[in-house]
Amino acid sequence: MLSRVAESIYWMSRYIERAENVARFIAVNLNLNLDMPGAGEQQWLPLVVTTGDHEQFKERYETATKQNVIRFLTFDRENPNSIMSSVRAARENARAVRESISSEMWEHINRFYLLLRENNAEAAAYEESYDFFDQIRFSGQQFMGITDATMTHGEGWHFCRLARLIERADKTSRILDVKYFILLPSPADIGTPFDDIQWSALLRSASALEMYRQRHGRLEPASVVQFLILDREFPRAVLYCLTKANESLHAISASPIGGFVNKPEQQLGQLRAELAYTSSQQIIERGLHEFVDDLQRRLNAIGEGISDTFFAMRTIEVAFQRQAPFGQTQAQLAAAAAS
Amino acid sequence: MKLPDTVIPPAVGFDAYDVGDFYDEMFDGDRQPRAHYRALYDRFWQLRTDELERRQLAAERSMRRLGITFSVYGDQEGSERIIPFDICPRIIPEAEWKWLERGLKQRIIALNKFIDDIYHKQMIVRDGVIPEFVVRSCATLRQQCMGLDPPMGIWCHITGVDLVRDREGQFYVLEDNLRCPSGVSYVLQNRQLIKQTFPQIFEQAHVLPVDDYCSRLLDALQAQMMHRVRQPHVVLLTPGSFNSAYFEHSYLAQQMGIPLVEGRDLVVHDSYVYMRTTRGFERVDVIYRRIDDDFLDPQAFRPDSMLGVPGLMQAYREGHVALANAPGAGIADDKVVYAYVPEIIRYYLDEEPILPNVETFVCWDETQRNHVLANLDKMVVKPANESGGYGMLIGPRSTKEEQATFADLIRAKPRNYIAQPTLNLSRVPVLTENGMEGRHVDLRPFVVYGKEIYVLPGGLTRVALRKGSLVVNSSQGGGSKDTWVMCDRSSPVS
Repeated sequence: MLSRVAESIYWMSRYIERAENVARFIAVNLNLNLDMPGAGEQQWLPLVVTTGDHEQFKERYETATKQNVIRFLTFDRENPNSIMSSVRAARENARAVRESISSEMWEHINRFYLLLRENNAEAAAYEESYDFFDQIRFSGQQFMGITDATMTHGEGWHFCRLARLIERADKTSRILDVKYFILLPSPADIGTPFDDIQWSALLRSASALEMYRQRHGRLEPASVVQFLILDREFPRAVLYCLTKANESLHAISASPIGGFVNKPEQQLGQLRAELAYTSSQQIIERGLHEFVDDLQRRLNAIGEGISDTFFAMRTIEVAFQRQAPFGQTQAQLAAAAAS
Repeated sequence: MKLPDTVIPPAVGFDAYDVGDFYDEMFDGDRQPRAHYRALYDRFWQLRTDELERRQLAAERSMRRLGITFSVYGDQEGSERIIPFDICPRIIPEAEWKWLERGLKQRIIALNKFIDDIYHKQMIVRDGVIPEFVVRSCATLRQQCMGLDPPMGIWCHITGVDLVRDREGQFYVLEDNLRCPSGVSYVLQNRQLIKQTFPQIFEQAHVLPVDDYCSRLLDALQAQMMHRVRQPHVVLLTPGSFNSAYFEHSYLAQQMGIPLVEGRDLVVHDSYVYMRTTRGFERVDVIYRRIDDDFLDPQAFRPDSMLGVPGLMQAYREGHVALANAPGAGIADDKVVYAYVPEIIRYYLDEEPILPNVETFVCWDETQRNHVLANLDKMVVKPANESGGYGMLIGPRSTKEEQATFADLIRAKPRNYIAQPTLNLSRVPVLTENGMEGRHVDLRPFVVYGKEIYVLPGGLTRVALRKGSLVVNSSQGGGSKDTWVMCDRSSPVS
């Protein structure tokens, strides 16, 4: 597969997952607002803080009202991580590789984009927020379903899945992080009924509430951390994402799991192994926020490793030396190619 | 129940239809539907206008959803537009098509021989059929291609020949496009749309299929390197997603199942071409390139080109890669060379041309130039090397000032201009806000030259959607229609 095509597929998939997750962030807050009358506007600033775009927000918006935050995270074209920017970038990437993805995938991204560009989209986001962000989330999920059902599960699909899962691991950890920011103003709430409400809103935003209940029953911080970070079977849990991402990475390089032949395989393998042998108690003792910070830093490094290994434009001389593991000279290689 | 021929009730959509002083593809001079249009006409007559409009809108929605678009240069947010699609098909009876097909094959064989001759001994110049000065002054002549022998001796693998009908209904060749003719993806998509729009009519109409175009094209491309490689790797080289024909590039690559590459994806090493993949470098054997000669290789052509692949021409020269169309093939696109095509056919094939040229005056010839200058208000003046309908003067629609400007241009560079009488292009009904109205059309059949020559049945019918307009180019407000070559067995038995 062409490096450029692989790169576009990778980013297409990441951006769709990102858009879906921003919608989930907003939904956490909408849920919390509904459940906590009086919490009001102060709920919205932490959201911008968690997405990591606080500076940018401060430059262009005066106050963190619901409307401002929704606009910034959803429609603001100058915010590169807004839903609109993400879907647009996903579409541009898809457009550049239309011949390599299924036409259903392209058609769906195109519809997703047109949905956001509808005239009444902004009004719908403020007035019927719940439905609107539901629809965004649903569009993202549909894309994943269409991808799985229409694209050959070969190299391109593995890049798709790899991208989606790395993005998702990052975003699930951020959703968990929201909780900390929201709770900071009143640490006394820990253990009160409000806390229960907040944890369930948070789980619902990761589509995790029912599955959590089946697994752990009572809402307890340690179990929520266990479920969203360390569960091996829940598809939005960080460990699950990393395990499957690791499978795709090895499918791409055709190397066995358990070892590594390139940088990202080494990085991802190490991270996955650490998580696999960590307990939720250890994470909480170390500090959830610090844990999430470290996780995000390492996911970024893995992303860079993937880019260097598969997408970067190497010069052909370097590559031919690399491709000659058995001491063949370039002339021999060229002769072999010509025969 | 069959209605007697004399009392055909008008279709609702055709109530106010005016055939005008033109050849109408659907109606004869007595405003009766032609035999091959009869079934369609009857069906339209059963439909209400609003039903037609509904189907038209459904087709347009479908195009936008599928992203069947072209880009308009210099236009940011709205830079993707759909090519307007009109639901009333243009029909050509099979017998007439057979004749066109023979004429097109004859023309392509002769042009291919001509290009090959020009880059070798130039016998046609030595024998005095074409003046040396005409050949030497062609902007599309590529000195870099002198003496080259492309695989199988084929230079023009894919050609889109523009045909028009005049008032009498006679077909003429308007121009030959041998560089990177585009539009075939619209033929294929239009066919899909019309099948959705009028499934019953289509089923009964016995239309020759177009769906095998991509297989034929892939066969022809692979055939180029079969003598060296058992399974040649074919790629389609595009200038990128900002090119106006990008949709077509990606569509064709997808349909053929070949990689769509940009210049930066390819690299030449020891005169072999490779593409950069996630698993290292892979050999490329055949390149269907949709980039003009000038941008193909900065080492051989324009040094400032960012789109091409350095060293590509050397790999081509050594026979390690095939290019379609061959660089240099554009020599036969020059409109002054066009004027000589009938002579070219006689010279190489010793046959009379089947398809006539439009009468053409070459301005470098003094007698012809004077005739052109004296009749600027009646003629169409075209630059010898432009495509896309740019830089033309349409005499009868022009102002005195425009004519004066063109007279100066012609006198300054007579070699760069040709002139033709203004043709009354034929018309086909089009669905408009005011019901069905006649609009001018041309026809671009596509010819693929591989082991044999394949002519795609029908081709792209382009429509000048603006009332009265003669310009059919999509960059200038043109639309398109599905083109049916209808088997004779579907004609009503009289």
